Order: sequence, then C-alpha cells, then structure tokens
Amino acid sequence: MKPFVTHEGLAAPIMRVNIDTDTIIPSREMRHVSKRGLGEGLFAGWRYLNGDRKKREINPEFILNRPGYTNASILLAGSNFGCGSSREHAVWALLEYGFRAVIAPSFGSIFYHNAMRNGLLPVRLPEPSINALGIDAGAPDPGRIIIDLQNTTVSSDTGRRFRFNIEPIYKEMLLQGLDAIEMTLKHKELIEKFQAADRQRRGWAYLR
Amino acid sequence: MPNTLFEKIWQDHLIADLGDGSSLLHIDRVFLHERTGSIALRGMTEKRRQVRNPGHVFCTMDHIIDTFPGRGDKTTMPGGRQFITRTRRETKRAGITLFDINDPRQGISHVISAEQGIALPGLTVVCPDSHTCTLGALGAMAWGVGSTDCEHALATETLRIVKPGQMGVYLQGELAAGVTAKDVILHLIGKYSASGGSGFAIEFHGPGIRKLPLEARMTICNMAVEFSAFTGLIAPDEATLEYIAGRPYAPAGEDREAALAYWGKLHTDVGATFDKELYLDLSQIDPSVTWGTSPQHVIGVSGVIPDPGQELNATARQGMQRALDYMGLNAGVAIASVPLDAAFIGSCTNSRLSDLRAAAGILKGNRIAKGIKAICVPGSGQVKQAAEQEGLHEIFLDSGFEWREAGCSMCFYAGGEGFSAGERVITSTNRNFEGRQGPGVRSHLASPVTVAASALSGHITDVRTLGVHT
Ligand code: SF4
Repeated sequence: MKPFVTHEGLAAPIMRVNIDTDTIIPSREMRHVSKRGLGEGLFAGWRYLNGDRKKREINPEFILNRPGYTNASILLAGSNFGCGSSREHAVWALLEYGFRAVIAPSFGSIFYHNAMRNGLLPVRLPEPSINALGIDAGAPDPGRIIIDLQNTTVSSDTGRRFRFNIEPIYKEMLLQGLDAIEMTLKHKELIEKFQAADRQRRGWAYLR
Repeated sequence: MPNTLFEKIWQDHLIADLGDGSSLLHIDRVFLHERTGSIALRGMTEKRRQVRNPGHVFCTMDHIIDTFPGRGDKTTMPGGRQFITRTRRETKRAGITLFDINDPRQGISHVISAEQGIALPGLTVVCPDSHTCTLGALGAMAWGVGSTDCEHALATETLRIVKPGQMGVYLQGELAAGVTAKDVILHLIGKYSASGGSGFAIEFHGPGIRKLPLEARMTICNMAVEFSAFTGLIAPDEATLEYIAGRPYAPAGEDREAALAYWGKLHTDVGATFDKELYLDLSQIDPSVTWGTSPQHVIGVSGVIPDPGQELNATARQGMQRALDYMGLNAGVAIASVPLDAAFIGSCTNSRLSDLRAAAGILKGNRIAKGIKAICVPGSGQVKQAAEQEGLHEIFLDSGFEWREAGCSMCFYAGGEGFSAGERVITSTNRNFEGRQGPGVRSHLASPVTVAASALSGHITDVRTLGVHT
C-alpha cells in the first residue's frame, strides 16, 4: 500500500448525502475479476450522459468534467459517503481515477475501512467545517487543500485550518503504508494458542 | 459484571488487543460468492497466500449467474462467465466447498448460510458482501467486509477491527395485519435516517422481536447495513434453536449438547447497558414504501410524498429534490396512486419461504394488472423446492408472475438483465439507489405482500385495502 503522509491537491465538492458505492462505481462497470480497470467507471451514472460503455458521452454539467476540476485529487462530500454495498471497487475506482482523500462528515463503515486498507484517506469533518474550507462548486477554479496526516489537519488556501480525528491504528498503517495481512501473519503463534484454548471452550464451533 | 450479547461474543473471539485502538478477532466462518469472492481468491493466489482453514470457508454462485430456467455458465451479464469459471477453479484449488449452479443447495449466500447451518449463534461470520448482517438474526456476529479484509480473514482466520459502539433497539407491541418485518426496518430507517446506526452494532431486543419468526428477524437484520450499522443481531431463543436443529453444518450429538449450553448464555444480561437506545412500538407501524433514492426516503403507504421545502437542512433538502426528480414524482401526491411498470419479489431481504407464502396468499386466484412485468425469484434452491411442494409456484404463475431459479437476479443491475430506464418497479429488495436496478430505473422498496398487492392493481397499493390479510 502506498503510504499517505501529506497531500496537497485540488478539491472537488459533491455535497450530497448518502452517496452510495453503487453510485461511486455501478455494478455494470465491474466486468472483470480484477481490482484494476475501474477508474473509467467512477461515478459513471453521473459522469456520462448515456449508459452505453462503447460510446460514452461526457456530461458537461458533472463537476469532475468541468475545466479545472478534472485533476481533482480530493473529494468533498455529504454525510454517509460510501454507504451501501461492500464493494472495495469503490475505493479502487477512486484511487485509479486519481483521488487520494475524501472529506465528509461521516462514512459508510465498510467503505471507511476499505479506504484505509488501500491508502485512500477518509477524513471526517463536520459539515460546517467542510463548507468553511471555502471550496465552492460554483467557483470557476477549484480550491487547493493540504492534508497533513501526521498532524491530522486539513487546511485550505483560503487560510482555514481544521483538525480531524483518526484511529491510531489507521494513522500508523497509512503513514507507513503497512499491509495488515503481513502484520497479522506475524501473530501466528498467538492465533494458534487462541485456537487451541478455543477448541476446548467452543469445540462445537470447529467443523474440522 | 452484566454484559451485552455483543460484548459476550466479542470477548470470546478476542485474540489480542493490538494496543492501537484495534483488536485482533477470531473469524469462525467465511462465506464467498462469485462476484467479490472470486476477486479475494484471486488476490490470495497472486500473493501466494494459503487459505488457512478451507473447512470453514464456503462459496456460492448467486450474483452473476442467470435465474432463467435451464441456466448454465452462460449469463446475460457481460463478462460474467469469467467470474463463474474463475470461482470454480479458485475454490477447487483452495479446497473450499462450493454450492455450484446445479447444486440443490445453491442460493443467495445469506439465505443459504442460515439454511445450511453454516452461520450459528455465537459465531463470527464474514463475507465480502454488505448484507452478511442478515445472519445476526441467528445470534451470530456477522458483517460485510471488503476484498482486502476478506483475504485477511482467509489467510489468518482473524480480522483487525476497531470495536463499534453498541446500540439497543427495543421493540414492543405487535404488528397489525398487513404489516411485516420489512415495514419495521423501513420505518426505523425512515425515522432515524440512513446513517442512524452509524458506528454501532445494534441488538434488536424486547418482546416485539421475540414474537417474530426467524425469517422475519432475518429481514430486519438484513437491512441493518441500510441503517449504516456495523451489524444487527438478535439473541437466540427457543425459535432459533428449533430453526437450527438438524441443519447440515449445525452441531449434532454431543457437539449440539455443548453448543446448547453455550448458546443458553448468549443474551444481554439484566443491568447491562448500551451506548445508545431506541424504541419502536410495532403496533404503530403502517405498511411502508420508499418514494426516493435512499432507504430513508420512506413513508406509510397511505401517506403523501413529502415536500423538500419543509426540510430545514439544505443538503438534505437538495437530496430530497434530486430524489424526486430522479423518481419522476411530485411532493404532495398520495404514494398509493403511483402507477407501476414492474414488480419484483426476491433478494436476501425477502425471498424465503414465509415471504413467498405471504405474497402467494395475496395473489391466489387473482391476475396481475395488464402491462405489469412481475418476477418472483426464490432465495435458494431449497426455498424453491419447498415452495413448489406447496404449490406456490402455480399461484405465482397463474397470477402472471415469472417463476425463476434461485439467485440475486434483478435485485441489482450488472449490465445483463434489467428493467428499462424510466420504468417504475415495486420491489422487495433492500436498495433503491439511483441505477441500482438499471440506469434510470425507479425502485420503490416494500414488503412482499405490498409488492403482490401492487402488482395486482398496477399501482402502489395498501395491502390492507384488499380485504385479504396476512
Ligand atoms: S440479493 Fe441483492 S442485496 Fe442480497 S446479496 Fe444479492 S445482490 Fe446483494
């Protein structure tokens, strides 16, 4: 996993509540047994005017299609971002498109977890703080935001600065780009010890 | 010290506190399906990782396979065959039990994992699918994970998780005629919003839940994720133990005795507290139906579509207006007058035998309205078989419904079979998101009896007005 330490980038606001993972990457865009090839399908229902994959027609109204916003790497959104389906494809699609962070008042719990596992930083800030960053969808040019994970701050080029909360486990893993599976595999003995005792306690729970 | 049900299961699976706010938890069962399980298994293969205990891992085909009679590996979903053949190959290589297309036990993962006795009270169960929480109805701690965490569980039989808060939802009173478990969970989400359960594991408890049969409890827990909860669970009782008895993977003989002794302790003790508590009086709930594109956009079927102008929060107001635009509806209109194009009964929310029986009770002797496309998809091969033994399939077919093979079918759209843009569907599924059942498709979530009643009249209908009560 690519570490996340600080990131400075352009921010695109899609301030809608309950943006679900079906919307982030529709099922019809997940055509292969693969974690790649998903960036093009990101927000497909909003980004393109027609459902036809072969001749996509760009929706000029959609914020990510507007001049200046195409290079956005930070997404601002309403509460409960990433609710719905557990598809990790939503995270992979955001990353492949070029996003490094999403800032929202709250996140769907599976999405939040999936994002952390892949180095996409989900930042929780209250809605008034997000608004106060001064990133306005109506502005001709996108605003810039700096996210500093070590100091857990988000600052905008309008001079606003906010602190956010992140669980220590996630902060550490992101800063160092650690792989959770590798780390857990090192606890092999602990797991074996647990299972030996557990078989005594809950033998019925073991099929073999 | 008095403990909650969740706390007891948590403690018995806690391998280590990792000292960074997360815990290493033992995972007892992993369930996979061909859509996301195939990707997790491929990830394992690419990294040359072994499935640590294949005996505790199961896989089904439900999402991508067709549900037409006579189906095979060929599917209407573009690129779908690859998911099917890859899943078959990877499960075989890993030594995982696969409920393949023609296996009589095949079905929607969350339906068959209960049916086969794979999910049990007190077990931790994960699946790369958000509706895994359905199994909380058995008293299992079950939740959906992403592919990376699924690989983690496969490789280590553990997961690292940050402990969620605990919420109690206390249910009292009895459901009125025509009102079902689906209406309960829709009502709850409507009342407290689609993020009302965010950050919590929810225990549904109280006398109201005890009176509900197991399958109804599954419907409630199924949509805990639509409430943004980590999971939902219900303490096992006599009804649960009866449900489990004799299921293929459930403990038998001496193991069953030991399990029964263990399960007897799986309840929230008197004096234990939740971080947050909600109450619902079941007798006050009406048949419910969604009008918008979030499960929180819900009203009683006798109500009118709300006016976004009345909503004080600007973001929520815009969300409501956008939903009305997508749905092609106006504020102030009676929801029960809205005309339909299609009706769908199926999905892990409402495709079990009791759901099909209830819907058939409404359809019996009647024909669906002209021009309505109506489909019934049983949740598993065994549900289908049991329904056919009772003759339910004839009732569906005689009324004008299609009768399909088990699977997820048109609960979601993946580029294959789907409804058409602009079509309005009343559906017993769990998600009414934009495009969920096809680009531009307008989905109204409701109970199977409301779907059946609406299919008969051709517009959204209050089942209580038909004079046939369930
Ligand atoms: S029936 Fe629908 S919600 Fe349930 S697992 Fe299948 S696709 Fe998901």
